[in-house]
Amino acid sequence: MNIETMERPMQIAEAVKAKVSIENLAFYYGDSKALKNINLTLYDRKVTAFIGPSGCGKSTLLRVLNRIYEMYPRQRAEGKVMVDGADILDPGQDLNMLRAKIGMVFQKPTPFPMSIYENIAFGVRLYERLSKEEMDERVESALRKAALWEEVKDKLSSTGLGLSGGQQQRLCIARTIAVRPEIILLDEPCSALDPISTAKIEELIDELKEEYTIVIVTHNMQQAARTSDYTAFMYLGELIEFGDTKRMFTHPEKQQTQDYITGRFG
Amino acid sequence: MDLYTRRRLRSRAVVILSIGAALFGLTWLVLIVGTLFFEGFGGLSLRVFTEMTPPPGADGGLRNAIIGSLIMTSIAVLFGTPIGILAGTYLAEYGRATKLSMVVRFINDVLLSAPSIVIGLFVYEVMVISMGHFSAWAGAAALAIIVIPVVLRTTEDMLNLVPNGLREAATALGAPRYFVIRRVAYRAARNGVLTGILLAIARISGETAPLLFTALNNQFYSTDLNAPMANLPVVIFQFALSPYEDWRALAWAGALIITLAILALNIGARALAGRQTSK
Repeated sequence: MNIETMERPMQIAEAVKAKVSIENLAFYYGDSKALKNINLTLYDRKVTAFIGPSGCGKSTLLRVLNRIYEMYPRQRAEGKVMVDGADILDPGQDLNMLRAKIGMVFQKPTPFPMSIYENIAFGVRLYERLSKEEMDERVESALRKAALWEEVKDKLSSTGLGLSGGQQQRLCIARTIAVRPEIILLDEPCSALDPISTAKIEELIDELKEEYTIVIVTHNMQQAARTSDYTAFMYLGELIEFGDTKRMFTHPEKQQTQDYITGRFG
Repeated sequence: MDLYTRRRLRSRAVVILSIGAALFGLTWLVLIVGTLFFEGFGGLSLRVFTEMTPPPGADGGLRNAIIGSLIMTSIAVLFGTPIGILAGTYLAEYGRATKLSMVVRFINDVLLSAPSIVIGLFVYEVMVISMGHFSAWAGAAALAIIVIPVVLRTTEDMLNLVPNGLREAATALGAPRYFVIRRVAYRAARNGVLTGILLAIARISGETAPLLFTALNNQFYSTDLNAPMANLPVVIFQFALSPYEDWRALAWAGALIITLAILALNIGARALAGRQTSK
């Protein structure tokens, strides 16, 4: 969680496998082009951070990965997004199955207006018929993985809206994990949280990458440096630079990247 | 006089005027409710709930009218509420900016403020004339037409208040659209929609004009929906205008019953709405 983690030497012979490859991706909000020719690979069980100034398209890119933008009629994507070898932009792609495989956590915590238990069970029930015991287990394990179990185990039946902001966000992460996705998309998950809650979520990200491929959009450069293995810097809808986080923050190749991470613009 | 003193004097004058206006308005309300309670309690007794509307000069109550009102209101709510909720759901969730929904929204606004007598005449034309007689069905239909726009509007408004983030979050878990609406959006809007239904019931429970043209009245106890049916507003209308002392007393009692029922519905609606905002 500090410089030490960053400087941990890359383990030798660690096989890095591509999980998602984005090819020639363009994105439109109506007539305006928000993403231009994006080519990017996300690696299996690694954390990739998208950084860049507001409006650069990093959230837009994240929203392409689970096609959540399809909720809005005037938004569309062109190009290819290969996940495990299949193009998810294919019109035949089942969106609900895609979203079960690629979970998402939003900027503002979004607990559903129901009990903590029901919040977690909600997504699970969409895909699986579990017995009461199995569901109890699933809820507990999701809450444990999201480091929330100890805080809520005695009030699972009370409403999720009564939790603090940080707890609500961990509840949302638990809810996402409970569906057993392979990829988790985090859209500025800490921007509405205090520093202590932020630290908890960052720790959590560190643990979750053992099992999941994680993509995090963040405005906070220190957060990107602390949590991610790879960083993509975006500016005005284009991918400017992508690479190993440590290298990006110490020896950026592009002048724009250098300017942004040293705070000269943004 | 300096600027500050002048401003204070002006402020005081306006406050006094406002209080005066409020008192003026309240006076009439107090007088109306006061008269109603004074006259109504005199006529109120157990008999009112257990006996039929009497012929002039005989003892009687309002049992058939109360039950008739309950039956027709229930049927109206039973049919009007689902239509209103479904249409409101379409407007808020599916067709926010489509042509169809703009037309529906406009017509609904017109219907919302349409004089109820027009609705009564419409149902008279469509149902009473074609069936050849007045009936409880026609009365319930007229009331349902009043319920629909109220419920539709509140449903749409309440669903629009549900943060879009909730829909995105549920969709991102892989929930299909209908499921997101049913399990998340409805849940978040539930108290607001219930409030709308209660207010719609309050609205129709005092409507006289649409029933005058449709259910008319019935001196006897009847649960036949194909026949005219007694109901409180029309009985009040008829009895209040009569020259008979005991009929007028019953009319006051009926008016008091309706007012108390509406008051209870409004308090219930307020309590529900309060719970919605405090969450």
